[in-house]
Amino acid sequence: MNLKKINIENKKIRDLIPQVLTVLTLISVIFYFATNAQINMGNRGISFGFGFLSQEASFDIAFSLIEFDGSYSYGRAFLVGLLNTILVSVIGIFLATILGVIVGVARLSDNYLIAKTAEWYVEIFRNIPLILQIFFWYFAALRALPSPENAINFYDISYLTIKGWYIPKFVWINFDIFCYSLILAFVSIYFLYRYAKKQREEFGKILPTFTLSLGILILIPLFSFLLLGVSLTFNYPELKQLSETSYTYENGVSIIPELMALALALSMYTATFIAENVRAGVMGVGKGQKEAAASIGLTKGQILKLVVMPQALRIIIPPTTNQYLNLTKNSSLAAAIAYPDMVLVFAKTALMQTGRAIEIISITMLTYLSLSISISLLMNWYNKKMAIKEK
Amino acid sequence: MNLAYLKPTKEKINTFLLLGSIFVIFAFFDILTNTFLNRNITGFLPQTISFFTPLILGYIGFYLIRIEFSGNRFLDKLNKNINSSNFNAFLTLLILFIIIKAISPLINWLILDANFVGSSKDDCTGNGACWVFIKVWFNRLMYGLYPDVEQWRVNSAFILLFTLVGIAFFVPQKIKKYFIIFLLFVYPFIGIKLLSGGSFGLVYVETAAWGGLSLTFIISAFAILFCFPIGVFLALGRRSSLPAIRYISIGFIELWRGVPLITVLFMAAVMFPMFLPDGTFIDKLIRVLIAITLFEAAYMAEVVRGGLQALPKGQYEAAKSLGMGYWRMNILIILPQALKLVIPGIANTLLALVKDTPLIFVVGLMELAGMIGLAKTNPKWLGMAMEGYVFAGLVFWVICYAMSRYSQNLEKKLSTER
Repeated sequence: MNLKKINIENKKIRDLIPQVLTVLTLISVIFYFATNAQINMGNRGISFGFGFLSQEASFDIAFSLIEFDGSYSYGRAFLVGLLNTILVSVIGIFLATILGVIVGVARLSDNYLIAKTAEWYVEIFRNIPLILQIFFWYFAALRALPSPENAINFYDISYLTIKGWYIPKFVWINFDIFCYSLILAFVSIYFLYRYAKKQREEFGKILPTFTLSLGILILIPLFSFLLLGVSLTFNYPELKQLSETSYTYENGVSIIPELMALALALSMYTATFIAENVRAGVMGVGKGQKEAAASIGLTKGQILKLVVMPQALRIIIPPTTNQYLNLTKNSSLAAAIAYPDMVLVFAKTALMQTGRAIEIISITMLTYLSLSISISLLMNWYNKKMAIKEK
Repeated sequence: MNLAYLKPTKEKINTFLLLGSIFVIFAFFDILTNTFLNRNITGFLPQTISFFTPLILGYIGFYLIRIEFSGNRFLDKLNKNINSSNFNAFLTLLILFIIIKAISPLINWLILDANFVGSSKDDCTGNGACWVFIKVWFNRLMYGLYPDVEQWRVNSAFILLFTLVGIAFFVPQKIKKYFIIFLLFVYPFIGIKLLSGGSFGLVYVETAAWGGLSLTFIISAFAILFCFPIGVFLALGRRSSLPAIRYISIGFIELWRGVPLITVLFMAAVMFPMFLPDGTFIDKLIRVLIAITLFEAAYMAEVVRGGLQALPKGQYEAAKSLGMGYWRMNILIILPQALKLVIPGIANTLLALVKDTPLIFVVGLMELAGMIGLAKTNPKWLGMAMEGYVFAGLVFWVICYAMSRYSQNLEKKLSTER
């Protein structure tokens, strides 16, 4: 009896000692670092704090989605960088998904040539470091484009030049009404799907949901154009002579080469990983599933939509979300080619000007960290929801 | 009107085969003369149609030779693999023609029009690549700013490493153990001493001068060496029953996995010195090495955790029932099995590590990509970016492709054993 009690206490103590030791070590290391940091900052005459965020930034940013110049604050500069990061990530994710799905499906093709081409695409672009691909596009490929006066002309609508890609500017009138009409369209499509599901489950009736929703998506915004005074005109880019040898385009929107190089490299690199996920997902659905579906008389389209895709997506989506996250984190390589993303604007330029290494690096890392954690929480929730419910 | 007459059938196989082959051969003849002889034999047609003639002719030809169960083994194989439907035939032709069209300028640029001899930019007279650039800068690309007369030290360090690794593969099991211990615990000190010098009559070479491809290898080797044990400890910590250790491990792993490497490198270069007592100085290369090691260790930990979770509970219970303690259980029973399960994952993490090393240029260390950045901004060699990055991409591709093939082979070998 007595022996047993001692043993239990022994185990408790044995468990406690390493934990206490680890925590104490961690605390002392942090304390050591913090004291040093305080002394160092004291020597340089700065004190820890985030007050600098409201100070005037006094530097310019080459490319920004919101208004910015030197008179705005460091906080605003951070926001510009964050928006640019989000912009290139969204473009990259969009392109990478399209390319990745195409390559992934191509790898499964029964056409030998197509499958091999897709395989070599994956092997080549996956095994070259991303930073080299970015450099290649930015310093080599896009530098070979012509100057503005000899631009590659796409039907007089957009022009590809060494200074960037000029596309028409969208000029909206009553843009908010158009947005409301789009929201209305999506809400009605949602209800249409619910109604169609009910019809299918209760009466066995199958509605042409895809055609109907496409119709809704076109008709409601069209309605807003015709009756509610929404209008859209384009400002086409025009060649303008600055001096004897220097030309530029005006009135359009310019997509800077940094953005193009980054988006191209990110999407081509990430697409290889997405392609592998897609391939694994489609191959993960057993042949018996398709045969069983065919044997109960489903059409080819129905098999794909009702049997293969739901199961394949369950395998594809989690690792692909991970790739989206990787793409977003990799977009920080923008700093290497001077695309003004969060790292370049904030962790480089702003840091150089203010010298506040600790605050700025912490903010940058925390932003990425919170993004990653929120996406992985979302992923866990999705996985739980989608997991096969076994009895 | 009987359209069925036009449908390729087995009965009239000879006619259709002959007709189809003529179309296909003519299509390829057209595109080949177009690409390599610069002569457009369909030039009399309107330009758009002339441009698409090979595609149209080939498409018709492929349609005509698509005969099911023809009995001709070669034809059946061809039809099954590249010509199973109209859409497939179209894609096949498109890919073949794009390859033919792309290969001629590519070979011209890479080899035929390229310049190989000479010693300055003026020797590059052709339209192709200027490989003279790579030739002249080759030493710099390999060794960075390491002094020319001392480069034998880098060479001998690597030759020694590769010989040791090579020997370790072939010696009998008994001695192998000592070889590996030597490689892991003694060789790194020898290698570092050889590279940095400062004693034994070797001239001191500061780490800022290290660079080029050899720096990529040095960083990869050290990061691999250290990130593996740290990763294993973190994985064990994350699976620990002791809450304090578990939460600290989770926090550590998720912190590194949630941020891009570039911010970690900035942290090591700019923020970390602020945390040290005034006057102490840690070499930048070492700071960067620590940053990369910790970063990759977090990824390694997640891979190892996958292996730990995949092991059946019975293994743990059996080990405990034999009276083994925590460390003995893990070292003798759990880890050998778990690590074997995740060898492909480990190989992928190491591959990612090698691909991440060029990033160190953001803090001013010049490995291969960084040296090319330096070389292409040299006033005597402006405009050589394409050659430089193609070369660097090729070098990295060979390394990474070899690694990924090796890991795939390992995976296959292990999966047949099970």
